[in-house]
Amino acid sequence: MRYLPLTPEDRTAMLTKIGARSVDALFRDVPKESGVGRSAFALPDHQGELEVERALSQLASRNIAGGAAPFFCGAGAYRHHVPAAVDHLIQRSEFLTSYTPYQPEIAQGTLQYLFEFQTQVALLTGMDVANASLYDGSTATAEAVLMAQRITRRPKAILSGGLHPHYAQTTRTLAALAGKAVQAPVKPGKVGDIAKLIDDETACVVVQTPDVFGLVRDLNPLADAAHAKGALLVAVVTEIISLGLLESPGAMGADIVAAEGQSIGNGLNFGGPYVGLFATREKYLRQMPGRLSGETRDAAGKRGYVLTLSTREQHIRREKATSNICTNSGLCCLAFTIHLSLLGEEGFRRLARANHARAVALAEQLSKIKGVSLVTPAFFNEFTLKLPKPAAAVVDALAADGVLAGVPASRLMPQEGQTRDLLIVAATETVTDQDCDALVKALTKGLA
Amino acid sequence: MMNKQGRPSAAGAAEDMAPPTISGDRGLDHEEPVIFELGRPGRTGVDIPDVQISENRLGGLCRKKPIGLPGLSEPEVIRHYVRLSRMNYAIDSGLYPLGSCTMKHNPRLNEKMARLPGFGDVHPLQPQQTVQGALALISELMTWLTRLTGMPAVAMSPKAGAHGELCGLLTIRAALAARDERRTRILVPSSAHGTNPATAALAGFTVDEVPAKDDGHVDADALEAMLGPDVAAIMLTNPNTCGLFERRMKEIAEHVHKAGAYFYCDGANFNAIAGRVRPGDLGVDAMHINLHKTFSTPHGGGGPGAGPVVLSSALAPFAPLPLLVSDAQGFRLIEHEDDAPNGTKPFGRMCAFHGQMGMFVRALAYMLSHGADGIRQASEDAVLSANYILASLKDVMSAPFQGYCMHEALFDDSFLQGTGVTTLDFAKAMIDEGYHPMTMYFPLVVHGAMLIEPTESESKESLDRFIHVLREMTKEAKAGQRERFEGAPRLAPRRRLDETAAARNPVLRWKPAVGIKQAAE
Repeated sequence: MRYLPLTPEDRTAMLTKIGARSVDALFRDVPKESGVGRSAFALPDHQGELEVERALSQLASRNIAGGAAPFFCGAGAYRHHVPAAVDHLIQRSEFLTSYTPYQPEIAQGTLQYLFEFQTQVALLTGMDVANASLYDGSTATAEAVLMAQRITRRPKAILSGGLHPHYAQTTRTLAALAGKAVQAPVKPGKVGDIAKLIDDETACVVVQTPDVFGLVRDLNPLADAAHAKGALLVAVVTEIISLGLLESPGAMGADIVAAEGQSIGNGLNFGGPYVGLFATREKYLRQMPGRLSGETRDAAGKRGYVLTLSTREQHIRREKATSNICTNSGLCCLAFTIHLSLLGEEGFRRLARANHARAVALAEQLSKIKGVSLVTPAFFNEFTLKLPKPAAAVVDALAADGVLAGVPASRLMPQEGQTRDLLIVAATETVTDQDCDALVKALTKGLA
Repeated sequence: MMNKQGRPSAAGAAEDMAPPTISGDRGLDHEEPVIFELGRPGRTGVDIPDVQISENRLGGLCRKKPIGLPGLSEPEVIRHYVRLSRMNYAIDSGLYPLGSCTMKHNPRLNEKMARLPGFGDVHPLQPQQTVQGALALISELMTWLTRLTGMPAVAMSPKAGAHGELCGLLTIRAALAARDERRTRILVPSSAHGTNPATAALAGFTVDEVPAKDDGHVDADALEAMLGPDVAAIMLTNPNTCGLFERRMKEIAEHVHKAGAYFYCDGANFNAIAGRVRPGDLGVDAMHINLHKTFSTPHGGGGPGAGPVVLSSALAPFAPLPLLVSDAQGFRLIEHEDDAPNGTKPFGRMCAFHGQMGMFVRALAYMLSHGADGIRQASEDAVLSANYILASLKDVMSAPFQGYCMHEALFDDSFLQGTGVTTLDFAKAMIDEGYHPMTMYFPLVVHGAMLIEPTESESKESLDRFIHVLREMTKEAKAGQRERFEGAPRLAPRRRLDETAAARNPVLRWKPAVGIKQAAE
């Protein structure tokens, strides 16, 4: 077995030193009836690299990869170009195979990139502080609601109708434990009036921008309405590259920002691993969940970094911790940080412009198709179309023709009859003119 | 002291003798600024066409101010992160005996497989007919997990161990609600990982601590006495955090079930028993499996992980969305409660999408490579190596518990008594010897705990060298060489860092120094 260095002779010598007759003796505390032989598992024996690679490649070949088709899927996960340097660097052994930086003297690499990551996230979101990541955008949103409940000591969270339904479900699952989450009506392409739902029990209002239909939202009026009632505004961003062009949530009055960072540095990966971004105001720092890297000095006076404010965390506070989180998305943070460093101010803004320009052009092309109309008046790189027939069947038919046309809204919210004909289309910098033409052609044919 | 070749022969001598350098760097060891202190405005490491937009559709919500990101070319970015990487210890560079964390070898085939475009470049909401291979992979991994644990079902979406714990407890909550029972307490042993009580509290339960006995096992009698009609579940780690197998586990499970409660097993230490013991045979109702421990997906400096939860038939109907089913048409994801099969009642959703696919690919590659025989062998080698360390060090260090251990060897600090050296000092001195320290001060049930988990990935020569170094270190501690320990580490990229100052005045992001900022403006 290529991964196991001990030889039979080694094992015998080690048992002699231990004073045990056999390995079985070491397992003597295991009740006899629960120790089972290898055949009980009905699983195959070990295989060589070649055989494993063959088996898994065969499974991979049964999927249509994003790069193999005109590709327009979004709705919370976006296909962007990740520079080759990113994947090369995150595979360096010292990053890939290290643990959580509990011994800071020999983990400065991890601690410093987390510090850089926190700074980048705070800058992008327009907030004072950011943590060293959560699992993904949806769990970050749920944690934001729990944090708002702690800060305000109020039970209710109001979820806007444009919040990604998976995020809303994740949040409801968690927020219901300590309070409740109220879902505002879904109004595709419209802002909706949820300010009137805010009352004295409201801990926070959760608003996504661009929302699940792609609609760009002005958070200012809601921030004012929430603050007037002593509630917080939680802003959710699923397409972080939008912040290269759009006003930051912090500048629009958000108190907590929960975002998905996958678009920067991380692939689609069929839904995970992704990287949850979490940022807030300085005054709420000690209510924040998750790990933080902080600057300090070593005994020789040199600048260095440590995990800090860990008295909020489960390994110190146990049942009184701000969250049960332990694992973060370390390596995904690193990919994010490297990609954003490569882009820089200029590259990031260009990337955002390229995305928006592509989406604007595609929306114009598609809304010229007979029976198709644009639902979202303001958008970044994703918009919603109303088709003259149910979108799910159209998407399936186009997929069979080798075009991944987008996400039918009914996949996310089948209970909302009004979304049956809605198609959510994303166009990033990876989309070419030929891809757009192929989509126009296929959709025209599919609707005919 | 110099040897015959004129080279310094003692550790630390080189550091002491080398004069300060002009650059501040020392040979291969480079100091590296924060990335915000590097680069020039306008520089970029990615060539993207400068598209001008004549009429934007952003609804008048354009960003008004620059973000404040630095500009660097690709070579500058690569050098920066390569230099940072060199300040990290890693399992690839040395033995990493961090107890409870399982720093085993990460096979590179697994990385290669996860990057196949058919897995890495697939969108979670693509039409399901275009992702049948991805769903088949998840299904195969589910088969391995259920067969290895002897459990009938598994929830795949939890994204880490603690997330899996939460999933397990929410499943239990839902099962209790279906029985129309409201039970409020969870029993957690004092030796448990901090995530257990934190998760129980998050899931809305109160936590009662079960004491440990002097032999390191949970006090099963006390536990049984604490059971009652208001107890929802117990959370037990087995093998426990003292590195011992809870031999009364089956009996505990029977009492728990008799009291109408559920048995949650923290599967963090499944790597000691995988391929030999099926938790399902021991009466477990729910257990998370850290794919990043037992099945060796890389720890990545703290994540990402994955924490699928295996479930008993009593809990399986309440597993969260999405569910994976198969029929004549192939595999299908059930993403909404209304579509759930008859007899199931998903409690909700743990996260967007379907879980940590990238980790699933790596874990399955690990399983296929090892096979049932190799997984069993890996567990046995891990236990054998830990016992070898225990047997080789217990005469000079102090083992609080008698007998064999499982996959990790626990010591307390009584061997350091009177030396003036603490567990922390001892651990930091290991850094100067080229080793990552063991887990310190955990579990809490032992004074000055040192928990050593060598894993199955070390050769006997590597273990022997490690044992030799630790034996010599204990000699030095006992011989009164305090300064060697108190000042450690001396040979790491940093000396001991001031954690108190970091917490008192938190600096959590880079900001330009005032002078620099004014000069720039």
